[in-house]
Amino acid sequence: MANHSHNTALLEETPVILPGHDFETVTETIAEIPLSKRFPLGWIGVLLIGVGLAGMLHMALGYLLLKGIGIWGNNVPVGWAFDIINFVWWIGIGHAGTLISAILLLFKQQWRMSISRFAEAMTIFAVACAAIFPVFHTGRPWLAAYWLFPYPNAMGLWPQFKSPLIWDVFAVSTYATVSIVFWYIGMIPDMATLRDRAVSRVKATIYGMLSLGWRGSARHWHRYEVASLILAGLSTPLVLSVHTVVSFDFAVSVIPGWHATIFPPYFVAGAIYAGFAMVLTLAIPVRRFYGMESLITMRHIDNMAKITLATGLMVGYGYGVEAFFAWYSGSPHERFMMWNRMFGPYAWSYWTLIAINVVMIQLLWLKSVRQNNGLLFVMSLFIGIGMWLERFVIIVTSLNRDFIPASWGMYYPTQWDFMTFFGTIGLFLTLFLLFLRFVPMISIFEVKMLLPQSKVKHDHVH
Amino acid sequence: MTMSTNETAQRLHGVMAEFDSAQELVDAARQTMAHGFTKVEAYSPVPIEELNDIIHKKRTKLSQIVLAGGLAGMATGFGLQYWASVIEFPMNIGGRPQASWTTFIVPSYELTILFAALSAAIGMIVLNGLPQPYHAVFNVDRFSMASSDKFFLVVESADPKFDQPVTAEFLRSTGAKGVYDVDE
Repeated sequence: MANHSHNTALLEETPVILPGHDFETVTETIAEIPLSKRFPLGWIGVLLIGVGLAGMLHMALGYLLLKGIGIWGNNVPVGWAFDIINFVWWIGIGHAGTLISAILLLFKQQWRMSISRFAEAMTIFAVACAAIFPVFHTGRPWLAAYWLFPYPNAMGLWPQFKSPLIWDVFAVSTYATVSIVFWYIGMIPDMATLRDRAVSRVKATIYGMLSLGWRGSARHWHRYEVASLILAGLSTPLVLSVHTVVSFDFAVSVIPGWHATIFPPYFVAGAIYAGFAMVLTLAIPVRRFYGMESLITMRHIDNMAKITLATGLMVGYGYGVEAFFAWYSGSPHERFMMWNRMFGPYAWSYWTLIAINVVMIQLLWLKSVRQNNGLLFVMSLFIGIGMWLERFVIIVTSLNRDFIPASWGMYYPTQWDFMTFFGTIGLFLTLFLLFLRFVPMISIFEVKMLLPQSKVKHDHVH
Repeated sequence: MTMSTNETAQRLHGVMAEFDSAQELVDAARQTMAHGFTKVEAYSPVPIEELNDIIHKKRTKLSQIVLAGGLAGMATGFGLQYWASVIEFPMNIGGRPQASWTTFIVPSYELTILFAALSAAIGMIVLNGLPQPYHAVFNVDRFSMASSDKFFLVVESADPKFDQPVTAEFLRSTGAKGVYDVDE
């Protein structure tokens, strides 16, 4: 009991949503954005950047289809490079969305409610960007259908199910599907709110169709809550499995630097770390630009910074264990791989990532840093870079100098590699901005559940 | 007299009462059920756990549907891999066993989750009778507030105890802020 009142005191100190909100103001603040006729200038400006970069992606991929994957820099011995680095980077970023919407739901963390919707949107768009890389690395994506998916084709071919690459196809496509379903189901009641508030007939019709005729009856809500809880329960093992399976792409091989049992947990921690950094990158400007400071409060920012720190420390532990494994294995190839990482031609990338993911994040221990939006925003961008470098280090430095010195070689990305990578950032930005404008970016009904108006006394006396 | 009541009952879906908070709605729902009404439905902008227990008294079958879906997914995943790798398209790679079940774990696991999640989502939608573009409650203008900040309770005309003026009067006595007829 004492513990409970202590918690309440803490809640009052830094509330999940700032005081002064009731059902009407919450609905108004959030629903106003998709329903308004206004397209703010800042939004248009950023959208243009996004669309411009997405156009570059279109060009880069179009040229790839014309010329083949030889336009990319990866070649023997570094057969995997930007395509897999970017794939793992994007997939990892997606993980924070599922963590917020599923795992924190199971733990009844109410603060997740204001950020779950757009974190889930981030997940879906990140997975979409990720999928581009392996699919186009096949060179002929229209053939990838029978390479990747088991369906009865005229050649009587079936995929090799004993390969981690096929496991990855199942993991990522399931992840994408379940994330979209979870996202959409979560939006149905809010679509009904938009339908009921829309002034224009067109908007009322579109949101009405998306709401499926939701009425919010007691029966509806009961099934809805059961379905949400089950989906959260299913998404939790799913999200942990996805990056585990992605890490199998490496860990199941026999390449020094990849063949390590630490990989699954290390990848999952890295994914959540990068993902929370990305949520911060998005949340800090969005809450300011849209005046959402009363719904996405400093409490959210603080909590996310803490999770970033916690998972970042796990990632740092992973770096330590990798180095320990290499030494303790007694294998000269493993030891050389680590030496090559630290002091070889790509040493700059290793030490930059250590500087960011191990040294810089220690600043997050300080409350003053966690409360400083500007600094946190810059740090979150650096973490994005740090985690990209981590995948670069894992992939490139493990491949560029393998068992036989005669087959060593350097990897240099080409302009097409960069155009594709920055192009996917543009695609992500475009999708995210469209989401901000046309969909309620914060879950309206979930935020309302935090307000006294929705509370019912359990021990009611007639 | 009996005739005219029946006619009214046929044209009406029921009588709707409006409330300001979840607590008021729950109190009114308790009173309504205690009064002997059976065809009752509550509408709210947020989920209220108690309402289903008070009004409908039974839990959804959704969890069983999801379990069945998950098991079907697991069977599909494992069956597909076994059939493709052992029967239809066996590949001898270094003499390793064709039916190595350990390598089938990941896709079986993923399909378990996929089928279960789709069962949960589709099951919820179908059991709720959605998509349903038309419903009588939408005929009440005030009902557009049900997705924003008002709470509603409807006693349906199908209820054996339903009698428009008496029911409306009863709902007013539960503390309703407004009582409306719901046209069919």
